[in-house]
Amino acid sequence: MNRWKRREFLTGTAAACGALLTSGLTFAQLPKERAARMVCVIMRGALDGLAAVAPVGDPDYAPLRRELALRPAGSPQGGLPLDRLFVLHPALGFLHDCFTARELLVFHAVASPYRERSHFDGQDVLESGAIHPHALQTGWLNRALACLQEPGTAPRELGLALGQNVPLVMRGAAPVTSWSPSRLAMLDEETLQRISDLYAADPVLAARLADAVAMGDVAAMGDVGAMGDVAAAGDGMSHSTLAAPHPKADRYDAIVRAAAGFLRREAGPNVAVFDTSGWDTHANEGDAQGQLAARLGALDSGLRTLKEALGPVWSDTAVLLATEFGRTAAINGTRGTDHGTGTAAFLLGGAVRGGRVLADWPGLANGSLYQGRDLAPTTDLRCVLKGVLTEHLRVSSAALERSVFPDSRAAKPLRDLIRT
Amino acid sequence: MPERFTAVIAANRFGLGARPGELQSIGAGAREWLRAQLSGRAPELADAQLRSSAATLARALQLRRELQDLKRETASGADPAASAKAVAALQKVAQVYRPVYLAEVTARLRQAVSTEQPFLERLTYFWSNHFAVSVDKNLVLGLAGSLEREAIRPNVLGQFVDMLLTVEQHPAMLLYLDNHVSSGPHSAFARSAARRNGRRPGINENLAREILELHTLGVGGGYTQADVTTFAEVLTGWSISGGASARIFRPDPGKFMFRPGLHEPGTKLVLGKHYPDRGLEQGVGVLRDLAASPATAHFIATKLARHFIADEPPAGAVARIAAEFLRTQGNLLAVYRVLIDSPEAWTRPLSKFKSPNDYVVSTFRGLQLPVAAGHAALAPFELLGQRTYSPGSPAGWPDRSDDWDGASALLKRVEWADAVGQRVAGRCDATILAPQLLGEVLTSMTRTAIGHAASAAQALTLLLASPEFMRR
Repeated sequence: MNRWKRREFLTGTAAACGALLTSGLTFAQLPKERAARMVCVIMRGALDGLAAVAPVGDPDYAPLRRELALRPAGSPQGGLPLDRLFVLHPALGFLHDCFTARELLVFHAVASPYRERSHFDGQDVLESGAIHPHALQTGWLNRALACLQEPGTAPRELGLALGQNVPLVMRGAAPVTSWSPSRLAMLDEETLQRISDLYAADPVLAARLADAVAMGDVAAMGDVGAMGDVAAAGDGMSHSTLAAPHPKADRYDAIVRAAAGFLRREAGPNVAVFDTSGWDTHANEGDAQGQLAARLGALDSGLRTLKEALGPVWSDTAVLLATEFGRTAAINGTRGTDHGTGTAAFLLGGAVRGGRVLADWPGLANGSLYQGRDLAPTTDLRCVLKGVLTEHLRVSSAALERSVFPDSRAAKPLRDLIRT
Repeated sequence: MPERFTAVIAANRFGLGARPGELQSIGAGAREWLRAQLSGRAPELADAQLRSSAATLARALQLRRELQDLKRETASGADPAASAKAVAALQKVAQVYRPVYLAEVTARLRQAVSTEQPFLERLTYFWSNHFAVSVDKNLVLGLAGSLEREAIRPNVLGQFVDMLLTVEQHPAMLLYLDNHVSSGPHSAFARSAARRNGRRPGINENLAREILELHTLGVGGGYTQADVTTFAEVLTGWSISGGASARIFRPDPGKFMFRPGLHEPGTKLVLGKHYPDRGLEQGVGVLRDLAASPATAHFIATKLARHFIADEPPAGAVARIAAEFLRTQGNLLAVYRVLIDSPEAWTRPLSKFKSPNDYVVSTFRGLQLPVAAGHAALAPFELLGQRTYSPGSPAGWPDRSDDWDGASALLKRVEWADAVGQRVAGRCDATILAPQLLGEVLTSMTRTAIGHAASAAQALTLLLASPEFMRR
């Protein structure tokens, strides 16, 4: 029996697996825009933007937040200074370092076009890029990647989902794949080949398997394979909630190291996406310390690790943090916050023209709140997303309007987000 | 022609995957086989290890009370070792919960592997996921299994409204969606708190919103933010007996309890109807009306059709199921019968991609794998990305192929299949099993691949990795 090598397996099914390893293109040969890396972090559960980026300079903030109000910079357990109006949550030390280094942009009072308060419809709009829930079955990031394919060349897998499955934002016609750490033994080549043969009549499974094997190959050969005890880290993620009251500070380490490993590879993916959860802070949200602080701290620590692991590639990278909507301006009766509207978003990385808070601040006075309860949205989140895609990934304006964000003409891309 | 697939569809899409011999015993009577499973009472999960939610929660509440005392001592500085003791006490809660969780997972898998009523078991899973709680919220870890046993199983063949009322009063749901501490801004509790320390306790919208959005009307079901807020006020006082503070620690802790002191007084307007304040009955009244709403019937019918027919549920089947739901005021037995009689369900085999849970359970059933107790029963679900009772959100696990057929997910399945194949090769013969498990959907390609496999283990791997076995 002919013992297949992984690489031969790949070339043998090149049509299905795309040209991840067989492509002749490398980053060295790519035009500058192709060197741009992007990481998209979906914060599921509705991040409390007024806690992550607290408007301590707004006189209505402290009365609304009462015992959960963050204190101004300089006071004990105070926030980290941004400008005269805003402080960062004290758990976001790395983000503040980025801000000081002019590598972090903070957006506030932003919201997608969605104006109801369902997590699941809100996430659908956030990820699909449509105006209404369930209007599109593909994600804006995938449609953006589709615009980046060189015409006439084999489609290259530009997108990677860190996780077993691909979230909506990355689903669509452009070839993408998913990767997650495994605790199982690898299949031997021969069994793998037979399974691949068995999928010859099933194009979906054939393509998925080829993708997965290709990613596993990359992981085994490169930085990702050497990223330490992936298995143990993955295990830790699944068990972290069993014993600990708060997420472990290193809960995202395995995933961000893997992301960095893939993004650093020549001809690897340009864009990675991963999910975070636990932002739905209805009760006992905490202030400078507590549940939300622990979650923010874990994410902050993960992003610090991402920067370290990306090494020199950090300077080509923009990391976007976005959530489906915000939370009520006032705290509720159980020391938490309920579903709201306007919230904060973040863009950080060496490619970002940072050091600024971009917010058309509506204020928190009673008459200024959306429906009398939420931070009023003054910036369409799509303006941020379109700005990043235009300036960083160099998606053409025509493609942005036509396919990436249909019906978004009124949401003009924000400018000067990315260093030139 | 389509009739030749009925046995396979009954066993795989309505059931949990064929056990050896099951397709044969179904034969030409697929619909009768399903209907027969619905007669009598739904079986309980039998396992000496399982305990009631009240027993588990009472123990956890007691530990939390000890923890509070230790925290107070830490703060006062009276006992220098109190801080270390507090950490230890916190770990004890996990030590109570984790074995309970593992016992639930083990018993559930054992039931799935051995049951002669797999349709009933699948329906249980369906409702358990409809009324989802997630164990990544610590407080729910020891209670998620008991929610299924105490609120879903006893009502799976009953009226929808009874299941709804039982679920919304179950401690797991009240804790998961924070309602146990939600209190009316004008309640006795809030007034005394304001006098005592200036605090302003109030409502938490979480449970009210998810009941409307996820349990009954569905997201387009016609409710407004005002309905959510008022319904949350209606539900204030829906709480749990016992508590962390000694003052309200009652002798019978860990059960549903209506606390009048937390309840927002007054008549309330929800979805255009006034509900006079009769304490607990106010919330019961709203739930009864929600259960009877046409929007609820349509929402439930759509989910059932998506689960049992196809990712994009056929409109005709949805309409018929919804009509029967309305006509019978949510008689679930009648609803299931319409589902079984839907011609759309029987035409296309393999229209659904198995979730990891389905994949693991069908493998255990097909190969008659023994279920070891403890973490071993949980491990495959964890590895394949669907840790039992941990959907991560109150919407439950998703139910479309796109949500489960990612590249990495598929590779994990195949790797796990390979590990299983190697473990059981000595006592399972894939060439015999393949037609027994896959019947009419077994392709000549898969049959040939299994026949030509290099080893008995590889033959099993190919069977489990085949496209026919990946779908239902």
